[in-house]
Amino acid sequence: MGAGNEKILPPVTALTEPYWAGCREQELRLQQCDACGQYQFYPRSICSHCGHNELTWRRVSGRGRVASFSVVRRPMSEAYPAPTVIALVDLAEGPRMMSSLADADPDSLAIGQAVAVDFAEWSEDIFMPVFRLVTEEKQP
Amino acid sequence: MADSLRGKLAIVGAFDTAVGVVPGKTPTELCVEAALGAMADAGIGRSQVDGLITCNAFAEPIMYHAEAVAEYLQIFPRYCFSVNTGGGTTFTVLHHAASAIATGMAEVIVISMADSLRSSMTREQAKRVQSSTGHPQFEQPYGITVPAYYALIAQAHMAEYGTTAEQFAEVAVSCRAHAAGNPTAQKREPITVDDVLASPLIADPLHLLDCSLVSDGGSAVVVTSAERARDCAQAPVYLLGVGEGHSHEHISQAQNLTTSGAVDSGRLAYEMAGLGPGDMDFAQLYDCFTPTVLVELEDLGFCDKGEGGAFLQTGATRPGGSLPVNTHGGMLSHCHPGNPGAMFALTESVWQLRGQAGERQLPKAEVGLVHGQGGIMSSHTSIILGREAA
Repeated sequence: MGAGNEKILPPVTALTEPYWAGCREQELRLQQCDACGQYQFYPRSICSHCGHNELTWRRVSGRGRVASFSVVRRPMSEAYPAPTVIALVDLAEGPRMMSSLADADPDSLAIGQAVAVDFAEWSEDIFMPVFRLVTEEKQP
Repeated sequence: MADSLRGKLAIVGAFDTAVGVVPGKTPTELCVEAALGAMADAGIGRSQVDGLITCNAFAEPIMYHAEAVAEYLQIFPRYCFSVNTGGGTTFTVLHHAASAIATGMAEVIVISMADSLRSSMTREQAKRVQSSTGHPQFEQPYGITVPAYYALIAQAHMAEYGTTAEQFAEVAVSCRAHAAGNPTAQKREPITVDDVLASPLIADPLHLLDCSLVSDGGSAVVVTSAERARDCAQAPVYLLGVGEGHSHEHISQAQNLTTSGAVDSGRLAYEMAGLGPGDMDFAQLYDCFTPTVLVELEDLGFCDKGEGGAFLQTGATRPGGSLPVNTHGGMLSHCHPGNPGAMFALTESVWQLRGQAGERQLPKAEVGLVHGQGGIMSSHTSIILGREAA
């Protein structure tokens, strides 16, 4: 971990590189099981639904809904602004992932709100997937 | 097999060091002091101990921690290990110790845990505590803090069941009311729901007083067989039931945010004991943050799912209530030195069941439940203890 004024950068592995490569290209990519067709998150060497070991990276919609959230008022370090909204997002394709909500008003958040992915450039290699609230009309 | 451990093991020694702000003592010294205190309480000499279990200390990590403590004590066990996991560690370890005694791996096991989060942590060590939680690629980088992980559970419970911040605050108020009767507790000044809500927001909906303390301290117990226990200095406290439930590690992978693995650990413990929630004279429930107690009350069957908030508002968990919870004050008000945090709920249960709890002694304490969880409601162990072996 870096000094107190640096964000935590994800330690990318060979298995997860396609995910982060997708983020650099402004695409959210998930693994889809070749056997059962389910999507999963986080990336693994096996399908978390059926155990099959052949999975294919697919671009997904980047749409989802807030499953839960918290407003971090006391940040872990100076690198993180406060307040920051952390959220669990249920993606349209099924999996749940943690992220943050960009430009969200902490006082008007609710579970179930529709969100869409965006990407924040943290370094040359790391573009972090974050989410923004979207109006219901834009939901597919 | 459900009753395989029932009544076969007993806790025969218990000891807490000074807790709270305890400068000038290393975690190892606190661990040794706790172990010696528990052995003296049991009337067990060093040469009689053939098992030792410790937890590692953030403020003084040692690779072979239990071996180091054994060396310090000059005991030479045939069963010896340390654990690195979080607060759920304590009761899981007790489960293992019980199994080890039942299978003959050891006869007299000391479980001793200590850390010095308040007085001995370097900045680097404090950061390591923070980064020990959460997925390094897919959670930590977002800057989520430990209170915020639990806030995700609280927020989901509020949305699903209409639970309120006032109801979470009841947990802190109740624990503080118990701590007021405990001279060793770090925080004893009574607080109100309004005090909790007026304390600074840390991670919505959790306020400062919804969060447990940061402390120094050590605590230990001595465990042995029911037969051997009869020769010890104190009245044995018997293990009647134990069960575990492990549902996930990362909160984003939890199958259910508002119902936990405590359902499984509780069911197994009740089955082994042949008892139910209504038989418990008290419960010591893991309280790193107030929502955990509310969820545990529901998942362990002390009230219906979704009714935890209303149950707390009846005052049932307070001193004099129908189910006193965290009679020592819990980690919210007694102390929380990190990994050893739940040990103090175990020693408190031993003293309550022996009738040695002083001014906070419950009028009826024959059977009680202790519950630990670790991770983010990830790893659960429930233990039922009693004055009688069956």
